[in-house]
Amino acid sequence: MGCNTCKTKPVIELINNDTKLCKKCFIRYFEKKVKKTIRNYNLIKSGDHIGVGVSGGKDSLTTLYLINEITKNNPKIKLSAILINEGIDNYREKTIKTAQEFCNKLNINLNIYSYKEEFGKKLDEVIKGKHACSVCGVLRRNLLNKYARENKVTKLATGHNMDDETQSILMNQFKNNIRVSARLGPITGIRDNPKFVRRIKPLYFVTEKEVATYAFLKGFLDKFTECPNNSDSFRNKVRDLINEFENKFPGTKHNIINSFIETLPLLKKEYSKNSHEIIECKTCGEPCSQNICRACQTIEIKFQ
Amino acid sequence: MDVHLEREDRIIQSNAKTVKELLKELNLNPTIVLVSKNDELIIEETKLNDKDIIKIFPVISGG
Repeated sequence: MGCNTCKTKPVIELINNDTKLCKKCFIRYFEKKVKKTIRNYNLIKSGDHIGVGVSGGKDSLTTLYLINEITKNNPKIKLSAILINEGIDNYREKTIKTAQEFCNKLNINLNIYSYKEEFGKKLDEVIKGKHACSVCGVLRRNLLNKYARENKVTKLATGHNMDDETQSILMNQFKNNIRVSARLGPITGIRDNPKFVRRIKPLYFVTEKEVATYAFLKGFLDKFTECPNNSDSFRNKVRDLINEFENKFPGTKHNIINSFIETLPLLKKEYSKNSHEIIECKTCGEPCSQNICRACQTIEIKFQ
Repeated sequence: MDVHLEREDRIIQSNAKTVKELLKELNLNPTIVLVSKNDELIIEETKLNDKDIIKIFPVISGG
């Protein structure tokens, strides 16, 4: 059976609505969905400087490519890319090269910052394996926010897709962290703060498989790379659980996202009244809710 | 038929007649892999032949 729209050879079956699409129809479907997310949630406005956090992987390159497509003819919107080199051997060097080549091709300025220069050591020198993800995530978010702000970026776009978000939602449920869920959504944050650069997620309503399919069809990558530290973390357990459910009960990811989106305005309202006061970290000056931010606490423990 | 497992970087042999059968044989969840036949993406119901070159890509890359 062919593509539901034009009857030619299908390249993907959309598991949530039993639709088969060919290359051309899938690309159109995918781009329309991302553009609709940007429009419905007002993710990009005239006067914005969008900084895309890139890793060189399929999600961030797709985000960068599509934002460039949407904004390249609008002189009132600026676009640049930021890459954080954590220092992960046999992985990051390859993805940096991919990101550099991709940005050169699109004529987009790429700024690279590293843990080694910032904190004195590479991630590999400090921690490896399953416990590396939490350390790495805290420091990467810290540097992305810091350098986005210093480069006068007004919105930081990330490649988070539907799979990432459903994992975060369930992880917060399993750990009774609903306050943290209030900061999720296609545009993050509860209250405006001049030191926090708002994050936008244009791939919010597309699954990881759809992003991979799009990146493959567009020829962005010849091989999908995987972080060597991507092992036995809590997130991976939740991811496996959701993927198992998605396989047995198609549409699970869409259902998690759609029900979350319905409750999100209530969560944001509740926690904007009650959120912790944002203060500046006594060590680095970055915004946080405690005297010392999590990044500085991590550096103190792991990098000293 | 040659089946290239891109994640493990190895080639295995299979006689599966469809993608669905192949993924079941390899115990792979179809929601998290892409499958190509002669470098074109295919869906689960696609029939496979002995001379096809099949590649299986994981879609998960995050950490």
